[in-house]
Amino acid sequence: MSPAIRIAGVTKRFRSLQALAGVDLEVAQGEFFGLLGPNGAGKTTLISSLAGLARPDSGTLEVMGHDVVRDYRAARLALGVVPQELVFDPFFNVREMLRIQSGYFGIRNNDDWIDEILHHLDLTEKASSNMRMLSGGMKRRALVAQALVHRPPVIVLDEPTAGVDVELRHGLWQFIRKLNQDGHTIVLTTHYLEEAESLCGRIAMLKAGRIVALDTTANLLQRFASHTLQLRLAKPVVVSPELEGRVLSRDGLQWTLGFDNFDEVGHLLAGLKSAGAEIVDMALGKPDLEQVFVGVMNQN
Amino acid sequence: MEGFKTLLYKECLRFWKVGFQTVLSPVLNAVLYLLIFGHVLEDHVQPFPGVNYTAFLVPGLVMMTVLQNAFANSSSSLIQSKITGNIVFVLLPPISYREFYSAYVLAAVLRGSLCGIGVLLAALPFAHLPFAEPLWIVAFALVGGAFLASLGVIAGIWADKFDQLAAFQNFLIMPLTMLSGVFYSIHSLPGFWQGVSHFNPFFFMIDGFRYGFFGVSDVSPWASLGVVTVCFVVLAVLTLQMLARGYKLRA
Repeated sequence: MSPAIRIAGVTKRFRSLQALAGVDLEVAQGEFFGLLGPNGAGKTTLISSLAGLARPDSGTLEVMGHDVVRDYRAARLALGVVPQELVFDPFFNVREMLRIQSGYFGIRNNDDWIDEILHHLDLTEKASSNMRMLSGGMKRRALVAQALVHRPPVIVLDEPTAGVDVELRHGLWQFIRKLNQDGHTIVLTTHYLEEAESLCGRIAMLKAGRIVALDTTANLLQRFASHTLQLRLAKPVVVSPELEGRVLSRDGLQWTLGFDNFDEVGHLLAGLKSAGAEIVDMALGKPDLEQVFVGVMNQN
Repeated sequence: MEGFKTLLYKECLRFWKVGFQTVLSPVLNAVLYLLIFGHVLEDHVQPFPGVNYTAFLVPGLVMMTVLQNAFANSSSSLIQSKITGNIVFVLLPPISYREFYSAYVLAAVLRGSLCGIGVLLAALPFAHLPFAEPLWIVAFALVGGAFLASLGVIAGIWADKFDQLAAFQNFLIMPLTMLSGVFYSIHSLPGFWQGVSHFNPFFFMIDGFRYGFFGVSDVSPWASLGVVTVCFVVLAVLTLQMLARGYKLRA
């Protein structure tokens, strides 16, 4: 079985900017995959290259075994892309837009599927509304609908929840999860790391056009993140070098210390007490992807 | 093929939804030209023997409307899609660059023709038009419209903002159409300017189109059709090359 996505040795330069500096990546069919990175890391360029919107300088990209240049028709039929920008054609209403998009993919009489998508995305009542009249969240969902009209096995969502309120975001993820359970491969880019953590089985992190981390979400959390002890102190203190090594961040009297198992908490508190620290407030935190992200980005 | 048909349908629906602006307005403009210039010059100018000025003017205005609207359709649709970003919806599906080109050009020719027919129908009560060689009328409208539609595709892809497109339209298309013999026969010009007119492809489009109405023209219609067809083919090849390379569309 060919991978849903295969990217090999892809480079892309925009004048002096090396947007992609040799990316190799495979995403298996049925995966929920996260593509993370700071702004300008190359995520959108990589997605654009996959979708045929950008042409890499070297390397190859395949969707469901189809080369995106040589076999572009089959590759594009297999791919649905939700673009990052809230773009729409102001001349058409939602249903017209979805019918037109179906036609672009060679599908006529697609109203049954369009109705189903509209229902799942809670857009049925807006089917006859012009795109201009929709709220930001509705426009975002209409973009998702547009990417699904041809039932692509691989769906790429480029920051789909940017600017979407919490309730709509949850609704959207429920639907995307269902699509994944139905067998669709999902590739997601997002700045909401808690979303990526809860949704993605595997994650790649990009920095300056290179993949700097690629593993399952669980492995990444295990390798790069620790439990945290968040403290607010009454006054500044100087602690032992051993304890100093556990300090992950310090913001005035607000300290965050890292530890791997709960047996260590007592030892940390004892160290603080012996240094004369007076604890005003305390909380425990679980390992999270934000720590992984910060750690990986700082390492590279 | 379904992709091409849908894109063609979408492009036609787009201009039809704003028909006041894209069809009725150009027709009204041309009719105003006809009424004003016809009224002022009717008794003073007889471009061809036996053809009065108003009748002479009608085919020129019809063709000018066809050409300007064919250009406006493809160019404005593309630049709007580029600037608003929705061009991505045409670039993501499996539509080939040839289908892309054909759909935009054909839709533009259809809008140009629709506007031209509107002007013609509105002008019929004001002038006697013999329709001497109707096939020439159709041939020049189609090839001329396709030429301008291709030019519109190039302008729409090249321009990054509306200002650049307006410059293309006002400093190139408008002067070339106005100075192509819409309002006069080039035989009324001094020798030098007659010669210059022969470097303007729009002149051949108007002259050949007018031949279809009266069976009289400044240049042989075969020569005009040859010039216009060669210009169209050159432009079509250039446009297709731009699209194949993804110039300003695919980074």
